[in-house]
Amino acid sequence: MLASNYNKLEIFKKAQLIRENALKMIHAAKSGHPGGSLSIADILAVLYFAPHLRYNPIEPKSSDRDILVVSKGHSSPAVYSALGLAGFFPIEQTMSFRKLGSPYQGHIDSSRVPGVEVSTGSLGHGLSNALGFALAARLDKSDRRVFAILSDGELQEGSSWEAVMACSHFGASNVTAIIDRNRIQLDGWTEKTMALHPVAEKFHAFNWEVIEIDGHDIDQINSALIRAQELSKGSKPVCILAQTVKGKGVSFMEDQVGWHGVAPKDEDLAKALEELKV
Amino acid sequence: MGAQVDIKTEWKLGDKIATREAYGQALLELGGINSNVVVLDADLSGSTQTKLFAKAFPDRFFNMGIAENNMMGVSAGLALAGKIPFASSFAMFAAGRAWEFVRNSIAHNHANVKVCATHAGLTVGEDGASHQVIEDLALMRSIPTMVVIVPADAQEAYSAIYEIANYHGPCYVRLGRAKVPVCFDKDYKFQIGKANIIHEGSDITVISCGMMTPRAIEASKILAQEGIKVELINSASIKPLDSKTIVKSASKTGCVLTLEEHNIEGGLGDAVASAILEQASQHIKFKRLGVQDIFGQSGDAYELLDHYGLSVQDIVREVKSLTGK
Repeated sequence: MLASNYNKLEIFKKAQLIRENALKMIHAAKSGHPGGSLSIADILAVLYFAPHLRYNPIEPKSSDRDILVVSKGHSSPAVYSALGLAGFFPIEQTMSFRKLGSPYQGHIDSSRVPGVEVSTGSLGHGLSNALGFALAARLDKSDRRVFAILSDGELQEGSSWEAVMACSHFGASNVTAIIDRNRIQLDGWTEKTMALHPVAEKFHAFNWEVIEIDGHDIDQINSALIRAQELSKGSKPVCILAQTVKGKGVSFMEDQVGWHGVAPKDEDLAKALEELKV
Repeated sequence: MGAQVDIKTEWKLGDKIATREAYGQALLELGGINSNVVVLDADLSGSTQTKLFAKAFPDRFFNMGIAENNMMGVSAGLALAGKIPFASSFAMFAAGRAWEFVRNSIAHNHANVKVCATHAGLTVGEDGASHQVIEDLALMRSIPTMVVIVPADAQEAYSAIYEIANYHGPCYVRLGRAKVPVCFDKDYKFQIGKANIIHEGSDITVISCGMMTPRAIEASKILAQEGIKVELINSASIKPLDSKTIVKSASKTGCVLTLEEHNIEGGLGDAVASAILEQASQHIKFKRLGVQDIFGQSGDAYELLDHYGLSVQDIVREVKSLTGK
């Protein structure tokens, strides 16, 4: 059933809707993380709408679902927007983002929002959590697959590499880690802050399958996820190294460190929404 | 259901058994009873005693190597997928090194993980200060929703492991390396949130946990011979604390001494002090015995307890000083 509904234009439209809604949320909240939300919008759109994830918004905890762990919990606006578009809740609700009493916490919270599998936010946890789900699936003889979206910056956390090592040690081929390689972290370029290059070689050295793609090319994302599914029958975990652009889709946010964690003002939002029109 | 395993927990009062041994035994039994029980260790399964489970249920045992943060994160994932993970390492690393993973991956996710940490406190002994965690209770108590348990002997440890397996939520159990005399009989049942009065008395309430309970029993016998009647409470459930039992006893005797193999800051003594200050309606004389805010050193487990002011004689002296008898 996977990727059978693949329609490139529809997926692109969903990605743009994720971007629009995410920026509206951050604007309404007057705080949040635009850059890293925009950089994973295309990946989320392909996962949820090709689809490559098995999910059921009517029964979010259904036992035959796949798991998506978004380790970069600060990309919450994109995640909530994708889940809203996927039917887990009315997307209008997300405008309460970051307000007292809202389920839409600054960093994703599994106890408050259906479809969020793990609460994250503190970086360097998500791949470990994903491996836990994957080992449980193996014990249960389930064909469940576990996806984890990681930021590139969080690969600076030592725990990320503990998890990378453990995934291959356990031959967790049901784990697919997608690295949002947008090359920018809070203080600046990753390569200036704490160099990560070469990421692909590092994963290769840890005995992972590595697929390098343009993380904004819908076809490439889709093909990589199809390939990852084939590789899940093998013995190695799969890393999709997605080369992305922080702030992708809004010209004045692209590759700008300043848009890591700053809310757009009224005029910024208007300009951004204009650019995001399909 | 898993394989049948031998059940051999016929400990007699006074037998010297480390609480970690009882943990290993209880885990082995639980493995046979509940196929959702999984165990993780960080290259210390021979020491933590999870090796017994590992041998019987190799598919459900995960050696995570010397990487405690990842172990806690993986435990959380397993729990969120419906398993009942027991994650073990030395307490220094489980509670200390991996604190933020226990907090964010486990507790904040309401993940049903049992962090069972061995080799806690000074009585790690010869390994010295780097391994002698005397801060773990403070670290674990401060995490919202975390249950914190310090069993006094093998029987209590054994019972506590069964109790937490049936409780849904994150738990921390502090276990020891050294052998301790069995104080409770085989019918003893540990309950979360319940302290047990070992014996009643009218002069002073002594509240202890872990390794200090057998010493408190010994001290009470000496004091009884001198006519001082100790009400001795074993409070394995550090959080939630049985403040009802504790405050009732404190109000009766008017005098409380707490005993713990932990830094004086942040452990059982502080928990008891808070309960009494908030809930007792009268002034209570109060003293905490614990490690006096200093690091330990290498040495024999019991000699270390004596050296750092936690001997039976220290307890006797403090009781006399507090009661004025």
